[in-house]
Amino acid sequence: MRDLSVTFTTEGGIARVLDGIDLSLLQGEIMGLVGESGSGKTTLARSILGALPPNARLTGQTLRFDGRDLLTLGARAAAEQVRGRTITFVPQDPFSSFNPLFTVGDQLGELMRWKSPDRQPGERIYARARKRADRDRTLAMLRSVQLADPERLLTKYPHELSGGQRQRVMIAMALLPEPRLVIADEPTTAVDVTIQAQILKLLRKLATERGVSVLFTTHDLGAAWEICDRITVMYAGQALETAPVASFFREPMVPYTRLLLDSLPSRDAGLRGIAGDVPSLVAPPTGCRFHPRCPGASDVCRASHAVAVALAPEHWVRCHHPHREPVRA
Amino acid sequence: MSLLRRLLRDRSAVLGLVIITVLVLAALLAHPLATFPQDVTTYHLSNRLLPPGATFWFGTDRMGGDIYSRMLFGARLTILIAVVATSVSVLIGVPVGLVAGYCTNRVSDLLMRVSDVFLAVPQIVLAIAIAQTLGPAIQNVILALSLTYWPFWARLVYAETRSLRNEVFIEAAVALGASPLRVMVLHVLPSIASSLIVRTTIGMGGAILVAAALGFLGLGPPPPTPEWGRMIAESREFLPQAWWYATAPGVAILLVVMGFNLLGDGLRDALDPRLRRGGDGR
Amino acid sequence: MIVRRCLWMPPTLLGLALLVFAVSHVIPSDPARVMAGENATPDQIARIRHQYGLDQPLPEQFVHYVRDLLTGNMGTSLFTQRPVADDLWARLPATLELALYAVVLAVVIGVPLGVVAALRRNSLLDHLVRVITVTGLAMAAFWLAILLQLLFSMWLGWTPVQGRINGWGPDPITGFYTLDAVLRGDWDTLGQSLRYLALPVLTLALPAMATIVRFTRAGVLNVMSSNFVFYQTAMGIPRRRVVWKYILRGALIGTLTQIGLIFGNLIAGAVVVETVFDWPGLGGFAVNSILHSDYNAVMGFTLFAGVMFIAINLLVDIAQSLLDPRGR
Repeated sequence: MRDLSVTFTTEGGIARVLDGIDLSLLQGEIMGLVGESGSGKTTLARSILGALPPNARLTGQTLRFDGRDLLTLGARAAAEQVRGRTITFVPQDPFSSFNPLFTVGDQLGELMRWKSPDRQPGERIYARARKRADRDRTLAMLRSVQLADPERLLTKYPHELSGGQRQRVMIAMALLPEPRLVIADEPTTAVDVTIQAQILKLLRKLATERGVSVLFTTHDLGAAWEICDRITVMYAGQALETAPVASFFREPMVPYTRLLLDSLPSRDAGLRGIAGDVPSLVAPPTGCRFHPRCPGASDVCRASHAVAVALAPEHWVRCHHPHREPVRA
Repeated sequence: MSLLRRLLRDRSAVLGLVIITVLVLAALLAHPLATFPQDVTTYHLSNRLLPPGATFWFGTDRMGGDIYSRMLFGARLTILIAVVATSVSVLIGVPVGLVAGYCTNRVSDLLMRVSDVFLAVPQIVLAIAIAQTLGPAIQNVILALSLTYWPFWARLVYAETRSLRNEVFIEAAVALGASPLRVMVLHVLPSIASSLIVRTTIGMGGAILVAAALGFLGLGPPPPTPEWGRMIAESREFLPQAWWYATAPGVAILLVVMGFNLLGDGLRDALDPRLRRGGDGR
Repeated sequence: MIVRRCLWMPPTLLGLALLVFAVSHVIPSDPARVMAGENATPDQIARIRHQYGLDQPLPEQFVHYVRDLLTGNMGTSLFTQRPVADDLWARLPATLELALYAVVLAVVIGVPLGVVAALRRNSLLDHLVRVITVTGLAMAAFWLAILLQLLFSMWLGWTPVQGRINGWGPDPITGFYTLDAVLRGDWDTLGQSLRYLALPVLTLALPAMATIVRFTRAGVLNVMSSNFVFYQTAMGIPRRRVVWKYILRGALIGTLTQIGLIFGNLIAGAVVVETVFDWPGLGGFAVNSILHSDYNAVMGFTLFAGVMFIAINLLVDIAQSLLDPRGR
């Protein structure tokens, strides 16, 4: 993704939700998209999926996936070939993402009918043989997400399952079409704390086993640390820093990232925050959008948002005054 | 944005408002507006069943009366019936609903059972039964309408009161020592006021339709009262030649009811955006 | 849940009987006089009073009334001199046939129309549909009937003006002319009876269709913004499928509750529509009875309509709880 921007037309004006995002994902890696609420991470995820609301406008130089330019792909082609097939989605709230009136099996079956790896393009009838194969595949996948008794599970309705079970089914649904990329939108927010770690580890295990890339949005740095290979930090619609997870926590270079890490509660320092408020997206600050709250800001920060520079191997930074020295602990 | 401005931005609501204003004006100014005001009671058989023309704008009926003038006076009846019947229904139904919704004792159950029984019969059927028993007169029509209409309001208010009972602000009022009556009137009632207003507006349209049906069946005010439903019934034996006889009152009913419906929908959208569900029903 | 509803039936029915009793025996100052008619002599009135037990205390009268009802006795029609129950039963199939066709027509056209209007919100089609719905709901049924009659029967001559059939209907098996005609292979009668059905069915169907379109449209719009619709769209499931299988079911459940309301309107509409088209059903019977001041018949009709309505609403409740798995 290069120079991607998204605006929403709202009653209060035009909100510039994403501003010139550059992002690239390697095959098989798990990238964490970290940011506070309103940072635009969910919108970014949805832009890749092509599932933006009608009042959104997307502009960008490139959005290439697997050799194809998604920006020029027509809506119908995108729906058929990309969404749910090569790029899949794990939603934030597994409960409301199921239709309450149909069984889990029915909804899984619906997905497999259209998105099974066995499906031939332009296929019109759902052959019985493929149906059987799909069902076997589904049951196997349900077992690999650690759900017991999958046959019975398929006959249940969504409200009869626990939150953890629902999220596991969601993960299964995301992996069944054998995608290249799974976009997980805050997948542990709606789940109990005790199960969060399990779900995350499960996701990582399955993804690395299958060589699937994951784009994983969260506001929880701990979760990101658990399973990500690389982390991108976003603030108010801008991407500020991308780094491998180790150097992200050891040597964050962008002031915002440092302040963010500092604000994690710790024993010696207690509770700290970052002074100031998140800016409005209708009238955002010019240049680097963090500059009003940044202790190291200068005039050039107000003038423009820096171009991405790799200050260390695979460690990209968009800042005019990055820190160079590592943090302690 | 104030209520009035929001309402005025909705074109169909404005249309409804205009129609109702025309209706009220027609009723109030029937005398000066009518070309032959005396035709409400007198008749000129020599003029019977004339098609619309320069003198008789909507044609004449079977007694030679000018349909246009008679309709203007009929508008008075329509408004009278609509307003009185609906008001009485509201005055009965709302308190019943409030009490039944707020209290959780046997009285509340009983009240709702009673209104269920009334609702068990389609409104017009019961209205027919009552009107026939009492005889054809305008007050009987109003009575029949009121007796069959109040349960709709009782039901609506009951449901809303029930769901509001668990709201925090009600608990707070009770905790501060407010008596049930006070809570019901000063706290619950204002909260349900908007849906009540909407329902009442649309309800007036409904009342007109039922009243017209009663008039059509001969259960309304007797001739020569220019009640619109009755006029349509009278026209039947002169079809298809005297087509204008049935058309004018029918169009009038259509426009008036539509006016109330449009206004009611517009009020719903303007009063509470949360209720706006893109053309939801009653 | 359903059990509770069923348990409430007998008291509700009893309440209904009480209501009708109140209207017929309590409201009028002298029920005997009303039943005897306007021109009765004092002797005739006294005779009727005694004959119908109207000189007994009210509670006793009510007990007799209920007892009679339980045996299916709704009194004798003052006009036809036959038991009211028999008259009603004989006329039921005609009205049912009419009502069923009307409901089917309303649903078959109304539901897709509502869905499409919701999908193309604020388009020309949507506005057109809304105009039609608003008009349909504001029209007096009897006026619509007369208009249609004027247009199609009198001016264009496409359909007959009145009646249910010309001559005799098919040999009765179910009492439904169309069904009986099909069962007996009598295609000629089938065609005839369909021609006679056309206008009354259309008149009844239009307001019902308006309500259905309205609620389906609202239901679809409501469901369309749900998360599960977003999920299926994000996963690339074809839109057509999402709409007609998944969204529709959610929307229909809301519409189902309105079927009770629609049926009530149908019964109400049937009264006037049958009058205009001289259709030999329950509604026509009621109006005839009104004209002849046939008191017992009108009350019998009221009671009968009430019972039917209660039954329909109960069925609707049952259907709804079956369709929505969350309730179980």
